Amino acid sequence: MAIAVRRETAAAPLKPLEGEEELLLTGSEAIAHALRLADVDIVAAYPIRPYDAVMQAVAAMIANGQMDCEYIVAEGEHSQFEIVKHASAVGARSFVGSSGVGWFYAFEAIAVTAGLRLPVVANVGNRALDDPGAFGVEHNDALAVRDLGWLMTWVETGQEAFDSAVIAYKVAEDPRVSLPCAVSTDGAFLTHSQHLVKIPPKRIVDQFLPAYNLGDRLFHPDNPITIAPQVDQDWLTEIRKQNDAAMRRAPEVIREAYREYHQLTGRQKEPFIEEYMTDDADYVFVGQGTIAMPGRVIVRRLREQGHKVGFARLKWFRPFPADEVVQRLSRFKGLGIIDRNYSFGSPNYGGVLFTEFRAAFYDSPRRPIMVDFIAGLGGREVTAENGLEMFQILQAGAAGDLDSNVHWIGVRE
Amino acid sequence: MAVTTAASWSVEVVYRGIFQKRLANRISRGVVLGARKDGKVGTAFARYGDSPERNGIPSKNFAVVATDEVELEASLAKYEPENVDVSIVVDDTMCKGIESWAWYGIQPINKLVVPGGALVVTSDKEPDALLEHIKVKPYPYTLVVVPSPVHAGVFAPEGSASFAGLWVDNDDNTDFNCVAAVAKFAPQILTLESVLDIVRERTNESARVAAVQATYEQIKMRAVLPGEGSTVEYEEYTKPGWTQMREGIIVEAMKVGTRNPIYKKWSTRTRRPLVNFDTCIKCTQCWLQCPDECFEVTPEGTYEVVYEACIGCSVCAEVCPVPDCITMVNELSFENNDNLYPQYASDPDAYRELLTRHGIPLHPELIEKAKKTQPVHHQPAAVAGGED
Repeated sequence: MAIAVRRETAAAPLKPLEGEEELLLTGSEAIAHALRLADVDIVAAYPIRPYDAVMQAVAAMIANGQMDCEYIVAEGEHSQFEIVKHASAVGARSFVGSSGVGWFYAFEAIAVTAGLRLPVVANVGNRALDDPGAFGVEHNDALAVRDLGWLMTWVETGQEAFDSAVIAYKVAEDPRVSLPCAVSTDGAFLTHSQHLVKIPPKRIVDQFLPAYNLGDRLFHPDNPITIAPQVDQDWLTEIRKQNDAAMRRAPEVIREAYREYHQLTGRQKEPFIEEYMTDDADYVFVGQGTIAMPGRVIVRRLREQGHKVGFARLKWFRPFPADEVVQRLSRFKGLGIIDRNYSFGSPNYGGVLFTEFRAAFYDSPRRPIMVDFIAGLGGREVTAENGLEMFQILQAGAAGDLDSNVHWIGVRE
Repeated sequence: MAVTTAASWSVEVVYRGIFQKRLANRISRGVVLGARKDGKVGTAFARYGDSPERNGIPSKNFAVVATDEVELEASLAKYEPENVDVSIVVDDTMCKGIESWAWYGIQPINKLVVPGGALVVTSDKEPDALLEHIKVKPYPYTLVVVPSPVHAGVFAPEGSASFAGLWVDNDDNTDFNCVAAVAKFAPQILTLESVLDIVRERTNESARVAAVQATYEQIKMRAVLPGEGSTVEYEEYTKPGWTQMREGIIVEAMKVGTRNPIYKKWSTRTRRPLVNFDTCIKCTQCWLQCPDECFEVTPEGTYEVVYEACIGCSVCAEVCPVPDCITMVNELSFENNDNLYPQYASDPDAYRELLTRHGIPLHPELIEKAKKTQPVHHQPAAVAGGED
């Protein structure tokens, strides 16, 4: 059976942009190119795999004279994230990143960066948390900051890593938002795998991305301000409410940014959800990051067997696009949420995405059957056989034949 | 009167950190434990937002006493009562008002006292003398003055503001006497017998019990009528909403060379430095060493104190190399925070008289030498421009 295999959002511009290059890059190198073209002023670095691929790529660009920025190697992640927080406050476009427990070591700085509304952009090379030591991807590292006021996006390809890093600055630095942004890239599958990536000419990025401007929040002797004084219970509710309002304004700013970026490059049409073969689907799998690659393979295998299955990739996790998720995904019979993470003791003992999806659908008049699949932990591959198993479970769920709505896939008994 | 008919009563203790932290804790606990002997229940707590580890900073402790657990519950899980039946002030210099958080400016010392309530002050001054500094209220209340345990001046340096000022843990019965003052004003909260029981249990000394009972007799109660007291204006404040506040947790800072018009630190002060401008040798030590950058340059190149910014730490008096050129004196001798150099400039003799009145030797033999010294700073550019 011939199935039209087409990535709905992969449509290229009618003709290549003048001055555009196509390079074979890892996701990490693609981000480094984005930093170069975004004129990032300061990069603070501290090595941990897989994030360190970015810092190596940036260091090489600086050494080769391709990039001009302050490059500070900190003595640990806590200092690393403090450096960019302060740099951001004095008007420097800043980049930082980490992975796994390295990200956790920076947690205090991560929390205050969001509290201070400083639009630092960070790359989280997703990696399983220690212990045991493991390099493979799980999403629990980045997800730990989900309540703090960080914008959070997951990307799938090298191309999207480049695009998202540029867009991240646009959204984070927008005065309506002014929040830090974490761009998550799956360890190994994206951070260390090379894809063909189109790098636009600098004029395109310049046109898209205005200069970083904190306005009257700039920390400078000519603009005497005190940042982050001690406060008491009379003040914190209002300060938290300001963060809440900024996050509530973010979805519209994200939509605008994608619209503009799409006009300039022909890429990134969909800001929040990328659907694949969902038009006539009864069942749809949902996931974040590189899980979409085996996800689409699974969809095609199942379609070959005559099942109406699709895949939906969630691109932004914070702000969580609940309205769009419900509007676009409530039409299906069943959703199979693939969680490359765990949330021990959570409702249903499911993963984070599952819990968020269920919350998003609570008020919807149409609620598809939802089954959670804990899969791909520690970087384990998700195979076509796993896909068949997940589909059978999802069907059983739709038939009311399941005694649990959370299933660990591929776990050895 | 509200205090008699209530089923629960709130008491606050206003003290100076860090010196009086233990004293305040003992008083608020004493109120609860004393009332417990009278069959009541209660809770005692420190104001969570205070940082009483800073020298002299006005801070608060609270005690709430109720007839039963149900009545008490309405006072639990609170940071502080909205108003109090009795406010106990353990340093009389705080009668001029206090600011323990920068946001709200200086506030009256009797701000929380309810109609018919009491303001208890430890002081060897007469109630009327204290009342000159205490903000007027539109309703009647009682000013209760607890005298020093033995006699004035014993527990603090000569000329200091308060016998309790800079109290560390003299174990001089001030804690028991303050609890006894509550009993004297409002026996319905706790009785003198309960206070004396506590003294007996805690110290096992009959002399202590007798001393507290004797002080109880000397506690003065002065009915304050509406409109009696100081009419000094206090700052008003309103809490802005989240749409009015600056984003990014930002507040205005001062431009170099300017002083904060809102946050004035003087209520931390029990004593203030007086400068003898005649003998100042312009050596810059006070200007340099003051932790709060309180000193400004006068036209002669000597240094004057900006009293609104001075916390009374006495570092200037300690570093000044000229005998009696900077001397710490009782804060309650002064009505306001006006700089004193203009007084010296317009009427030097009257100013010298002020120094003499505070027992400060004028050292006329040092004046000639002082006059010959050259100014280091010139008004006002040196201060406004900064040094680096």
